[in-house]
Amino acid sequence: MKRIVLALAGLLFAGVALAQTSDLCPVADGELKPGFPLPHVTEAIANKQLDIVVLGTTSSALSGPGGSGKAYPARFEIELKNELPDVAIRVTSYAKPRQTAPDMEKEIGRILSRDKPALVVWQTGTGDAIRGIDPETFREALDAGVSAVRAAGSDIILINMQYSPRTETMIALTPYLDVMRFVALQHEINLFDRFAIMKYWSEIGLFDLSAATKKTDLAERVHDCIGRLLTEFVLESAKLTAPEDKDTH
Amino acid sequence: MHLAESERDLRLDLFRGLALWLIFLDHIPSNIVSWITIRNYGFSDATEIFVFISGYTAAFVYGATMQKKGFVVASARILKRAWQVYVAHIFLFAIYMAEIAYVSAHFENPLYAEEMGVFDFLRQPDVALVQALLLKFKPANMDVLPLYIALLAAFPPYVWLLLRMPTLALSVSVAIYVVAWEFGINLPAYPSGHWVFNPFAWQLLFAFGTWCALGGMKRIGLFIRSPYAVALATIYLLVSLAVVSTWYFPAYAHLVPKWLTEWMYPIDKTNLDVLRLAHFFALATLTVRFVPPDWPGLHSLWLRPAVLCGQHSLEIFCIGVFLAFAAHFAMIEFSDGTAMQILVSILGIAIMVAAAALMSWYRRIEERSPGTRSKPPSTTPAGSST
Repeated sequence: MKRIVLALAGLLFAGVALAQTSDLCPVADGELKPGFPLPHVTEAIANKQLDIVVLGTTSSALSGPGGSGKAYPARFEIELKNELPDVAIRVTSYAKPRQTAPDMEKEIGRILSRDKPALVVWQTGTGDAIRGIDPETFREALDAGVSAVRAAGSDIILINMQYSPRTETMIALTPYLDVMRFVALQHEINLFDRFAIMKYWSEIGLFDLSAATKKTDLAERVHDCIGRLLTEFVLESAKLTAPEDKDTH
Repeated sequence: MHLAESERDLRLDLFRGLALWLIFLDHIPSNIVSWITIRNYGFSDATEIFVFISGYTAAFVYGATMQKKGFVVASARILKRAWQVYVAHIFLFAIYMAEIAYVSAHFENPLYAEEMGVFDFLRQPDVALVQALLLKFKPANMDVLPLYIALLAAFPPYVWLLLRMPTLALSVSVAIYVVAWEFGINLPAYPSGHWVFNPFAWQLLFAFGTWCALGGMKRIGLFIRSPYAVALATIYLLVSLAVVSTWYFPAYAHLVPKWLTEWMYPIDKTNLDVLRLAHFFALATLTVRFVPPDWPGLHSLWLRPAVLCGQHSLEIFCIGVFLAFAAHFAMIEFSDGTAMQILVSILGIAIMVAAAALMSWYRRIEERSPGTRSKPPSTTPAGSST
């Protein structure tokens, strides 16, 4: 109990340092408001040991030299370490190309038993939309995956697709975005709305997302922002865990 | 039963024309003008209107043909129409291929390595093209025409039944809908999944349109003009507006009771969710009540552009899909600001209207020259645009 209170106090303090993220990577009003607590993350922070797994596809990775250190899972780990210097933090990224949600759902059990993470960050949807997986099949896979993570005693955050203006008329994302929002609401878990965030950046002109380029600097800056915002999102959500809630766990 | 030789019902043309505009606006991604389209204010969207009116006019045209010239001639005409729609679909597919091939050759960005996967099928054009010819390949925004082809292909025996036993015909349609829902029946698609518009579900709306056209409207007319129906429809539209508002203002999402969301979501467009169907019925009820067939506004100059587009629905639909691609392309290449979004939206609709006017003109000159067409299409309500 006391540890939890101390951890929450620490999180409040961390919020101050996060202020610069909002200047660097602005989000629309009302965006990234965490709706649901992350009790296992709060507990892990109190225990000074936070293990996180990022389960994703190519959009959770960057190619090229040093790419893995610049992709958002690595940025997320570094930011968390900055914010929580006295907690041992490990972010393990499982980003495999061309994976659909049903593909990833089959892997979840193995990953959970091996890593025993406090938090699973599940990025999915793009491969499903490209391959035209039935939205219902997609929903069932998400549902099963989220249930498995929760049954194993971990928290989960969903990350939806990237906003990609060039391919907007070619990849029909809407049904899959809707399914992810619905599953998150149904399971009372947080959705990191990467699509809306990136769309906002495109609209305000922060990043030129339709630019054709071989260089990785734009991609690195986007991933840096995603990593920072994800950190903020996780820490803010962890704050929602009220101490009295904890006693029931 | 006999088909009434009535005046062409301009309401059908008007609302189909408007539906075509809305479909065009909805097909341009990230378009601020699409905020005016009905999908933002309720469960159903322009697709329902389009499919219903297509059924209504198809029954009017081919029902009369079947009565006057028999089953074989009417079937031949229906299948010819299905073939025209098929050719139109392949034409759109060629445009889609051109766009995707262009973008795949010119666009590169390490940020979007995963999204580039959408170009993978270009490596296997043999498979993709054959699947497209089989109507199994389903590029974004190109799902309505395959549905329409399937509906027309199955239409001849249905008209036959409808002319003899309309109640049974409608019951058969409802039964197919229920069975499709119960057993999850849909046509397969390539590379995976199923048709975006399940023909076994969407046929219900088409069939309901045909049933209304061939006497059904007379049977239910009294009910749907009654104050009870109007009140019920109004309440339903308001409730659905309230629910849909919470999608755009998530802060109010908690106001929707949890039992309602669990029962209601997801609202299935592929299988024509009952909530969508009911929303369309509510809209149609109010339309029938407040826009009578002899409403003078139907002949006004202001609504003429929409009526014109509705009279050439297949052509205008195809032009709309193409223009949506072009509008998106212009937004990517030049500017995606609000001004540009409004400009391409207005310009697109203007081109659709101009094309429709041109086609009406063509039809008139073809009717004037002897021997080209045996019968002027204007004698059939809603023309040949089914």
